Amino acid sequence: MITLSMRPCGDFRTTYKADTRIFETRFILLATILSVVALCFAPLFLDAYYLTLFIQISYLGIAALGLNILVGFTGQISLGHGAFFGFGAFASAWISNSFAIPVWLSIPLAGVLTMAVGMMFGLPAARIKGLYLAIATLSAQFIIEDFFARAEWFSGGSYGAAADPVSLFGMNFDSDQSFFYVALFALVFMYLWGTNLMRSRDGRAFVAVRDHYLSAEIMGINLTWYRLLSFGVSSFYAGIGGALYGHYLGFVSAEGFTLMMSVQFLAMIIIGGLGSVQGALLGTIFIVLLPEVLEATVSLIGSTGLMEPGTLVENLAYFKEMAIGLVIILFLIFEPDGLAHRWKQIKSYWKFYPFAY
Amino acid sequence: MNTELLLQLTINGLIVGLLYGVIAMCFVLIYKSTQVVNFAQGEFLLIGAWICWATLVWLQLPFWLGFIITLAFMTLFGILIQAIFLKPMIGEPIISVIMVTIGLSMFFQALMKWIFGVSAQSYPQVFETSTVTIGGLNVELAYIMSLIFSFLMMAGFYWFFRYSRMGLAMRATAFDQQVASSLGISVSKVFAASWAISAMVSATAGIVMGMVNGVSDALSFIGIKVFPAVILGGLDSIVGGVVGGVIIGVLENLAEFIDSQYLHVGNLYTIAPFYVLLIILAFKPYGLFGTKDIERI
Repeated sequence: MITLSMRPCGDFRTTYKADTRIFETRFILLATILSVVALCFAPLFLDAYYLTLFIQISYLGIAALGLNILVGFTGQISLGHGAFFGFGAFASAWISNSFAIPVWLSIPLAGVLTMAVGMMFGLPAARIKGLYLAIATLSAQFIIEDFFARAEWFSGGSYGAAADPVSLFGMNFDSDQSFFYVALFALVFMYLWGTNLMRSRDGRAFVAVRDHYLSAEIMGINLTWYRLLSFGVSSFYAGIGGALYGHYLGFVSAEGFTLMMSVQFLAMIIIGGLGSVQGALLGTIFIVLLPEVLEATVSLIGSTGLMEPGTLVENLAYFKEMAIGLVIILFLIFEPDGLAHRWKQIKSYWKFYPFAY
Repeated sequence: MNTELLLQLTINGLIVGLLYGVIAMCFVLIYKSTQVVNFAQGEFLLIGAWICWATLVWLQLPFWLGFIITLAFMTLFGILIQAIFLKPMIGEPIISVIMVTIGLSMFFQALMKWIFGVSAQSYPQVFETSTVTIGGLNVELAYIMSLIFSFLMMAGFYWFFRYSRMGLAMRATAFDQQVASSLGISVSKVFAASWAISAMVSATAGIVMGMVNGVSDALSFIGIKVFPAVILGGLDSIVGGVVGGVIIGVLENLAEFIDSQYLHVGNLYTIAPFYVLLIILAFKPYGLFGTKDIERI
């Protein structure tokens, strides 16, 4: 998938068409199609546990891509993405419960509603940038979180809201096996859309705003509109991801959507690679699998008998937070371009082997 | 209208606000001299308060010794954080620098939870707690102590930046790094010193707050509450930080008053500063005393 960033040496493009392709080569296209087809058969073989992990990766990955469009492509930092994710979850439950709209329609509607809210909070972004924006979105995070606790008509207050399972043509997607397909479809659709957006006029405008906003303005790009649009698109993705999350669990409660979640989304895109569509997915996989690996490590240490396993398991939540914090710092210091960049380097190493440098 | 409650809350607001002001001052100190927005300021309070608590409760040391150990530890801690994590980030985009401090904040918050647990612990009795009556109002002695502490810290900062060699070097560095280093000021020493001072003073504020309310995870949230204060005052103004802190402290308590007397929505206390923050950012993003960014092409 295209990334519109630095390319390794020896990777030439001779036409604009080649430069803006969604799939760089025929091989990548085939590999993508094949892996999606292979994933379609996954529920037949895989354990429910792995399906749950995949579903988690897909709804979080969609939201992470949204954040990467805002942070990585447009250069606007946001610390309120977790709250928008939660807003999408509540909005979809609210729309389908109170207006008797089928769930498959309420998910995109929730995306649109989240988009509207995101643009409202993005309004200050038209004037401010950098750390002022970080602080403005930080307050958006707290205000929306407060709204969840307060607005009982919307979120059910402290009781939370029930969300019906997705149903289409009389089929109920309420088990892990069936929801897997909903998640897979949403993931592929949103990622293709994201890639396509980035090669369009709007996507190039986002990148121009990030790279040098003054030059972008001189070239005729309306800064206010594109900053706002970027906030809108990012919140739309967060809303869709959140809505999927809500309908998957069947229940949404206000506790989870904290600043911690927003930071986790930021961690995903930093680890994956800022300004890379593929990176958002890689980072999400990393962050979703991190606790699993930690858990395995803890049980391994426990089995050797060096430390008491009971206390380690109790503190697993803290280890997870510490690990995420540490991973953010280490990636920023040692690999600021993230996993996507590393992947590209590995690829180009083999592509031009033995002449790569 | 309940005048007595209003007066009580206003005084509470002033006292808490002055403490916010001290923390805001530390925040601004780091921002001004090293251009780093420190999202881990709250963790300085948390770590300082826990270390002091540990020396008092676990090691059974007298307060003055525990306090000195805490200060020494925090000085070292601030210098190490700057040298290990923030030095490599010089020249990186602001998003990366912010994210490093967020990562630090997350790491240390979880570490403290792991070591000390999540439940609030109260300090052993260090000073006699009693209430004094001033003008018909009951004020806790701990509050008076924190008031004195705040004024001492502010006076100290004033003296430091006005007369001391290091303070002058810091002001010069904040004004122009290149010029400062060509005049023989060691910029890396200034960076280390500003982190050390900030960590130390924040930790002291954390201990004071811990004595009043007990030490718990909630202390690190103060680091986030400081943002409305510094934005209101202007991000690069130390005076602004203090003024902003006092305003936010009073505002919080006024919101509490309005909430409890008229609106009854609950929880307005914590959320009001953030609404104010959004309004300030929309209309006066550089705050009351901040310098406006002027960009050249």
